[in-house]
This record gives sequence, structure tokens and C-alpha cells, in this order.
Amino acid sequence: MQLTINGQSRMVEAASTVADLLKYLQLETDRVVVELNREILSADSHCATRLQDGDSLELIQFVGGG
Amino acid sequence: MDQLVIAGRSFNSRLMVGTGKFASNQAMVDAMEHSGCEIVTVALRRVDIDNPQDSLLSHIDRERYLLLPNTSGARDADEAVRLARLARAAGCEPWVKLEVTPDPYYLLPDPIETLKAAEILVKDGFIVLPYMPADPVLAKRLEEVGTATVMPLGAPIGTNKGLRTRDHIAIIIEQAKVPVVVDAGLGAPSHAAEAMEMGADAVLVNTALADTPDPAAMARAFRKGVEAGREAFVAGLGPQRQQAEASSPLTGFLRNS
Repeated sequence: MQLTINGQSRMVEAASTVADLLKYLQLETDRVVVELNREILSADSHCATRLQDGDSLELIQFVGGG
Repeated sequence: MDQLVIAGRSFNSRLMVGTGKFASNQAMVDAMEHSGCEIVTVALRRVDIDNPQDSLLSHIDRERYLLLPNTSGARDADEAVRLARLARAAGCEPWVKLEVTPDPYYLLPDPIETLKAAEILVKDGFIVLPYMPADPVLAKRLEEVGTATVMPLGAPIGTNKGLRTRDHIAIIIEQAKVPVVVDAGLGAPSHAAEAMEMGADAVLVNTALADTPDPAAMARAFRKGVEAGREAFVAGLGPQRQQAEASSPLTGFLRNS
């Protein structure tokens, strides 16, 4: 399935939910905020949220800043 | 030192610390520790998927420090609101340092977009601490829409130039009913002390601590500067005069006339 992740197009086959995708990308789920097609997902909905071909995701984390 | 109260929450420290640009996470943690701060700012950015970084949050003790996410990188109100909501979804308390800086060269805050975003975020239940130009009229407008503080800049972000906006900050302090936090441009403990002597309620510092070979020592120096300035303000500074006024008695000199 074709996904746009952080602005880049990627083919991802091994993920049917957002939780699967984070696992596939080896990202700690409690450290990452996910926006799916401009909708912010709560952390407890990652498992239940299914991905579809053409979805656009933003994966965001905290970094140092002033 | 007397307590700082923002949105009903009390803090013992009047120094807030930014977490950007430190040479290492350990240097950042040391600076936080030695500054005595209780509020630290953080930013939100895209994860680098091909090269995931060590999580910043694993280095910050959330029991000890209140995380204040900023909306840095936002160029307009919509982007700032989006970032604030992302931070809240990440499990932060709904506190946000609102920052809208469309121009990357001077990083000066956009007053109109800042006011617009502040209004939306306050209605949405956020405790909003807006980074703003040192404009007394804007400070009143932000206060009127319900921001928890105002955060006028001393000088552009990261310039270490000190209180270049001193006279306007004095007016903001005189008029404000919410805490005034001087943010940006403070490069030396004397700058922080100067802001506090004028009656600022707190200051926020990042570059001055990150951009030195010894962040922990500089953090201690800033802590003392802030405490000295606050104590002087509370004590009450003596008036300035044009003409000298002797400290020693003007009688009993060893001469006859």
C-alpha cells in the first residue's frame, strides 16, 4: 500500500493499522504523535485505526527547543 | 524568593529554560538541574524515519519539570494551533508557548497571527503563554483574549543582545495584569537580572545556556542573576538622581571653613 509519511511517499505492505506501522518503523508508540489525513489520533486509537492506500500521515515527536 | 503564579499554579523558580541546541542531552539535563527551573520548553518536529533519534522525553523528569511545548516553526495561526493540539495529544498538559514566526531571518513574532491563534487556543482550553514583540498595546490585547502570561522579547531569538526593548517592556510591566516573562535575546545573567529588577515576573533562556562550554555553570549564574534581580525589585531600588548625594556625613570635616 502506498502511504505518504512525513511528506515522503512509501510502499508499506506489512502494516494494516497505525500501531502496525509504528512497529514496522521501530518507533516507540508512546513517544510519537500521529496525524492521519490531518486528523490527530489519540494514542489509544493506534491499534484500532486501519490504514488505507493513499493515506497521508505525520509522525511527530518532541525535540529540544526554546 | 516569592512564588511565581501562572494560571493558578505556583512555581518556586522564576527562570524558565529552553531545551534546544545543547551539545548533548546530558548537557541539557545538567543545565536544567543547575538552573533550578521548573518549566522547560520543548518543540515538535517530524520524526526522521530513516534515522530515529533517542527520545528527548526520556531525559526529562516529568515529575520535576512542567513541559511547555512551543509552536516554533509555525508561520501562521493555523500552523500554531495545529502544533499546540499535537502537543496536547502527545500527553502534555494543555500549556503552550505560542510562537508564530514567519520570517526565518529575524524570527520576530507575527503580532496578528499570534493574537488570532491565542484567541482560538484559549477557547480550546489551553493555558497560553505567547511569545510576542515588546508592544504594550498587543500585550493588552493578548491579555484581553485570556492568555496566562505575556512574553515580550528582549532581542531577537538567539542573539544574546540583552534588553534592547527595555522601555517598552517597562510599559508592559506597568500595565500587565498577568505575569510578564521576558523571553528571547537574554545573553548574560546581568540581562536576566536587569529584567527582574524592572519587575518582570520571570525570564526564559535557552541559547545563553546551550551555547557555552559549561552550560551547568552558566545555568547557576543565570539562577543567581534572576534571584538577585527579583530580590532587588521586591526590596525596592533607590531613585536615580542627576546630582551627587553624599553617603558620608557632610559635617565634622578636619578643616575650619
